[in-house]
Amino acid sequence: MSAVRRTLEADIKELEEMVLQMGSKVRESLRLTVKALKERDKDLMNWIIKNDDVIDELARQIDQKAVATIATQQPMAGDLRVLIGIIRTITDLERIGDLSESVAKEGLKIADQPLLKPLIDIPRMVEIINGMLEDALQAFMLRDANRAEKMCLRDDEIDGLRDQVQRELLTYMIEDPKTITRATPLLVISLFLERAGDHTTNIGEHVIYMVTGEVKDLNI
Amino acid sequence: MTSIAAKMRTESVSLFYGKNQALKQVTLSIPRNQITAIIGPSGCGKSSFLRLFNRMNDLIPSTKVEGQVYLEEQPIYNARIDVVELRKKVGMVFQKPNPFPMSVFDNVAYGPRVHGIKDRVHLEEIVERCLKQAALWDEIKDKLKTSALSLSGGQQQRLCIARVLAVEPEVILLDEPCSSLDPISTMRIEDLMQELKRGYTLIIVTHNMQQAARASDFTAFLLAGELIEFGPTKELFTAPRDSRTEGYITGRWG
Repeated sequence: MSAVRRTLEADIKELEEMVLQMGSKVRESLRLTVKALKERDKDLMNWIIKNDDVIDELARQIDQKAVATIATQQPMAGDLRVLIGIIRTITDLERIGDLSESVAKEGLKIADQPLLKPLIDIPRMVEIINGMLEDALQAFMLRDANRAEKMCLRDDEIDGLRDQVQRELLTYMIEDPKTITRATPLLVISLFLERAGDHTTNIGEHVIYMVTGEVKDLNI
Repeated sequence: MTSIAAKMRTESVSLFYGKNQALKQVTLSIPRNQITAIIGPSGCGKSSFLRLFNRMNDLIPSTKVEGQVYLEEQPIYNARIDVVELRKKVGMVFQKPNPFPMSVFDNVAYGPRVHGIKDRVHLEEIVERCLKQAALWDEIKDKLKTSALSLSGGQQQRLCIARVLAVEPEVILLDEPCSSLDPISTMRIEDLMQELKRGYTLIIVTHNMQQAARASDFTAFLLAGELIEFGPTKELFTAPRDSRTEGYITGRWG
């Protein structure tokens, strides 16, 4: 193998590892939102908000390195698709990070009052998204388009849970308007999480593009 | 493969140099008014393939061609064909600029003169039109009487293109036209190709993959005399169908 080829492969490998690192930071933030909400832990919420800066910085570094690789190595075909896939993937990871931060900010609004109800569906949503994200990152590393496509199917569960959360909170608010200030942040959180699920399926689409060159819309 | 009508096409063409088979049953359509790039590693037969289109291989002793090549659906490997007339319709630009050792004007006027045009005013019109088409007029309109050999390499190559244009071809074959040029001159030639494709069909052989990706509409990948893949350039360079194409254009080998 030529030295030039080795440089390109080493660059791509390093980028993949950076994406994995970013992915695990995003998953950590997302996972901790549940603990922070359940325990009304303001310190943890603030930590999640701060952790987003770390995630953003990683995204910036990956983006810079990927662009430099494209400019200096002029990749083609599969290599080019992988680099484009990486750039797109970090955009979605970064958005999931932002959404976790937003969840934490909503959480701060209700942290001083008892929870309106025990949290069941929201933790379930987070759990599914986190699992999907793990699958997406695995599929990314293994270039496994099937796994990515299968992962995307689980997005329906998230949409179902969001509907359930909304119905339930609406009932609370209709029965007793005094609950509105405590219910609204939870309602907003369910929307944020639904968006996080959509960004996760986007990553699945990027993996499919990286592997096959096909652009599929799995966000249905 | 493509909905654009074929200007030229090859049908199961095999080419032999003595006992050596340089091309193996290549069937390919060249879309009209488009730029088709032919890529592949050294020795894959791409220049041999290009020379089929105006029977330049005839000039190399002991070559044998099987199959057929068509220009506007007329077979060109045919005893009745006038090869001089064919090469007028299918012009060629070579790797190294090869201007004749005469003035700029005479270089461009050479072809039309050979084909019987004597009238000075008419020749002047042709020279001006072709130099303009070759994006050279503004640079050398005051130097028409100077020797073509005094021009820069990039200007010489554009002069050679102007010389081809002067005989009003339909197809222009370019055999690595930028391999001896600097990046700026290369860009000028590539710009020129984009201009020319409105009126002509272009086929370019290039060693430079980035050039094929940048400058062509369709790309054919040849390997060891075989056509491995042909398709729109954008598809071939982003998602090639054949793993050998992928291997070559990503630099895994070749």
